[in-house]
Amino acid sequence: MGQRDTRMKMAFLAAVAAGLAAFAPLSVAAQDAAPAPVAAEAGQVEGAQTAPGPEALPGNLTPTEAAAAPAAEGAYTPMAPTKGKGMPTSYEDDPLKSMTFQDQYSANGEYALWMHDWILMPVITAISLLVLGLLLYVVVRFNRRRNPVASRTTHNTTIEVVWTILPVIILVMIAVPSITLLARQYETPPADAVTIKATGYQWYWGYTYPDHGEIEVVSNMLDEAEALKRGEPGQLAVDNRMVVPAGVPLRIQTTASDVIHAFAVPSLWFKMDAVPGRLNEKLLTIPEPGVYYGQCSELCGARHAYMPIAIEALPPAEFAAWVKAQGGSMPGEAEAAAPAAEETAAPEQVAALTAR
Amino acid sequence: MATTAEGFDAHHDQGHDAHDHADHKPGFFARWFMSTNHKDIGTMYLIFAIIAGIVGGAISGIMRVELAEPGIQYLQWWAQFMGGANDLNTALHMWNVFITAHGLIMVFFMVMPAMIGGFGNWFVPLMIGAPDMAFPRMNNVSFWLTVAGFFSLLFSLFVPGGTGPGAGTGWTVYAPLSTSGSVGPAVDFAIFSLHLAGAGSILGATNFITTIFNMRAPGMTLHKMPLFVWSVLVTAFLLLLALPVLAAAITMLLTDRNFGTTFFNPAGGGDPVLYQHLFWFFGHPEVYIMILPGFGMISQIIATFSKKPVFGYLGMAYAMVAIGVVGFIVWAHHMYTVGLDVNTKMYFTAATMVIAVPTGVKIFSWIATMWGGSLSFKSPMVWSMGFIFLFTVGGVTGVVLANGGIDDNLHDTYYVVAHFHYVLSMGAVFSMFAGFYYWFPKMSGRMHSELLSHIHFWTFFVGVNVIFFPQHFLGMQGMPRRYPDYPEAYTFWHEVSTYGYYIMAGSMIFFFVNIAYALLAGKKAAANPWGEGATTLEWTLPSPPPYHQFETLPVITDAHDYHDHRPVTA
Repeated sequence: MGQRDTRMKMAFLAAVAAGLAAFAPLSVAAQDAAPAPVAAEAGQVEGAQTAPGPEALPGNLTPTEAAAAPAAEGAYTPMAPTKGKGMPTSYEDDPLKSMTFQDQYSANGEYALWMHDWILMPVITAISLLVLGLLLYVVVRFNRRRNPVASRTTHNTTIEVVWTILPVIILVMIAVPSITLLARQYETPPADAVTIKATGYQWYWGYTYPDHGEIEVVSNMLDEAEALKRGEPGQLAVDNRMVVPAGVPLRIQTTASDVIHAFAVPSLWFKMDAVPGRLNEKLLTIPEPGVYYGQCSELCGARHAYMPIAIEALPPAEFAAWVKAQGGSMPGEAEAAAPAAEETAAPEQVAALTAR
Repeated sequence: MATTAEGFDAHHDQGHDAHDHADHKPGFFARWFMSTNHKDIGTMYLIFAIIAGIVGGAISGIMRVELAEPGIQYLQWWAQFMGGANDLNTALHMWNVFITAHGLIMVFFMVMPAMIGGFGNWFVPLMIGAPDMAFPRMNNVSFWLTVAGFFSLLFSLFVPGGTGPGAGTGWTVYAPLSTSGSVGPAVDFAIFSLHLAGAGSILGATNFITTIFNMRAPGMTLHKMPLFVWSVLVTAFLLLLALPVLAAAITMLLTDRNFGTTFFNPAGGGDPVLYQHLFWFFGHPEVYIMILPGFGMISQIIATFSKKPVFGYLGMAYAMVAIGVVGFIVWAHHMYTVGLDVNTKMYFTAATMVIAVPTGVKIFSWIATMWGGSLSFKSPMVWSMGFIFLFTVGGVTGVVLANGGIDDNLHDTYYVVAHFHYVLSMGAVFSMFAGFYYWFPKMSGRMHSELLSHIHFWTFFVGVNVIFFPQHFLGMQGMPRRYPDYPEAYTFWHEVSTYGYYIMAGSMIFFFVNIAYALLAGKKAAANPWGEGATTLEWTLPSPPPYHQFETLPVITDAHDYHDHRPVTA
């Protein structure tokens, strides 16, 4: 209670000071700590608890999809990535693509990319060129040969007001889509969203699926030779991917067991720090099946560069098959095991960042 | 303007008299190790900053060479060179040590000592018509604390810091990587280095505030003060308010590390994110601390070489005040991905964009100062014009990053690296070179070569742009910062960036040759080598100024404005 008051006071003071009370925040930071995650052993490939987590709700996959799953059981092989999709593009492959954002495969990513390409880029290019043009003009027009006698102008109220107000108008025009983008990025995941918890370790990722019988996937980087053998980009490929259903809302949660890491996937416009003692959460929907690569994005020690992220989005039926292959269960499948689950599974404290 | 060399200063006429009281200097040890003279201390700060800049710049060279191609090329060699084990983890740790040392050295031991310690010490008293700083002995303490801090940082490179020797935490020293994540004394020494440098800066800041408020020449009101003095005044306040917060944060790190406290450890009820809030409450004002004195220098130089008073003086002064104030309430834009709630992120997005307004006022006012002027493109002027353009480029990418939703992709990527190097490595450093070439004749009494300075400018301009412009591309493609190694796809632009470093490094040869030439064979500098546009008080003194100046205080009368402080009658 007192903590919340203090937070509100801090936020309020900051907002007033900026003259921007319209944006007065409800709370400064999401600080609801989650129980510290249990460290997983490196090399452990999967956990085999069969009970669904307490948040598991039937209905995030339709019964027919779930029923179709057994047909594909055991059929999981890692999907081959598509060149240029979900991964960086080299200059040699496409000079222009190598100079801009990766293609986006999420709705928010598309909106953000649109905002960058059609609002921010034109504005910043125009401003830079305007300043460059004015500088070149004064060089040509007001050099001492052409203009031996300097004027004594010291101020001009009109123009000073103009170049104060004009940037304000431009910034407001930028702020509107910017605030819209933020609001979209913070949409609360629906109750039946598939929960996946990504835990950062020095130096690998662990993914747990509380809705699917607490499957646990430990994801280490493949060495360069092995990655290339499998037709994957070096330093981005991993041994066990974070497999998710495509077209289904995902509740991505991040935390860390040792130091801060960051879960980042550029082609999904997704980045969220994994902080020890804290559970961050964000909605992510990947409409299209595919492999999307990312890398740890917060300095976490020696092998910071060697803990990549690979998300494999599968059609829901294939996802269900994958879950089976991991020894997990689809929500609603293992009703009988549910009472046991209440004791074993830790309730996930959802961080206040979804407080909308 | 034959009057410029004559002035208020009585000893000027007696310049030939070797026993002039004003020029009586103490012996070598007393003069340089127990110095109380603002000009000597300023000189030492500048020399110190150049040495630190060479070290920090060499480290960035090690990094750029390593990054020229994917894979780990040289880090294992460096790990062994620094006394570490010959294995991959130690080699990778060395990378983190290099990025940490580069950042800390460039921020605390290059830019800050040069801007505030060097140019501030030299020219604040001269420009306000004061004989020296308010607390000369404390001035000396400030300098030697900074030097001690530098040595503490260098020492940290040679003691264990976790996976190898040295502190590999990044200049931000985030917990828990800096607490439970780094075993060994290296991080303690790095933190202590910040304590020392920070204490030196706090003392320096009080000294500047006292000097500027109490020792201005009679008649020099705040609104007649040169803009460089305004910039140092605002900077001093930022230092005074921001550095104690850093000191508190890193002291808590120390106790977390050594005495079992858990300020930043969730297992004991602490929060790693608290450290980030504290650090950036200091860290954001810090970036303005690094650039504001540059703004001040650019204003002086543009006015001088346009032969025109600076345009919109009051707007310029209060734009700096506004930047300083707003700079304190935008810190969490460095933490957009940490898990802020949506309202907080919206607030910091809006507040951050507000900074673009006073910054825009400054950019446009500089251009308006040149508008209608009679421009001569001497070395300080070309560096200043380079500054205006490159700082604009760095500023507009800042507007992109200000958007919390956009930052979700760019956060901790090379786009951020490109952005802050455009505003610092090109903003702050270009203004420092501009200031150096502007005041070098005044400080040394010798003229540098205009030709070499221009070559230095153009090669440096090309070099830094080749280094940093492609880093925008890398960042947008997703290349994370602080990586010693990267996927194949990023190779081309990294290679280009490294070529840029070679150009930049080659360019620095012209700088050092130029200094050597000027000191050994340079023409003697007149009191005012820049002509009628140079109208502030330092140009009324001989070059170099006497050891003690303004024994008779100059008087600023109603006939003087903010621009022209030369004696009215002479």
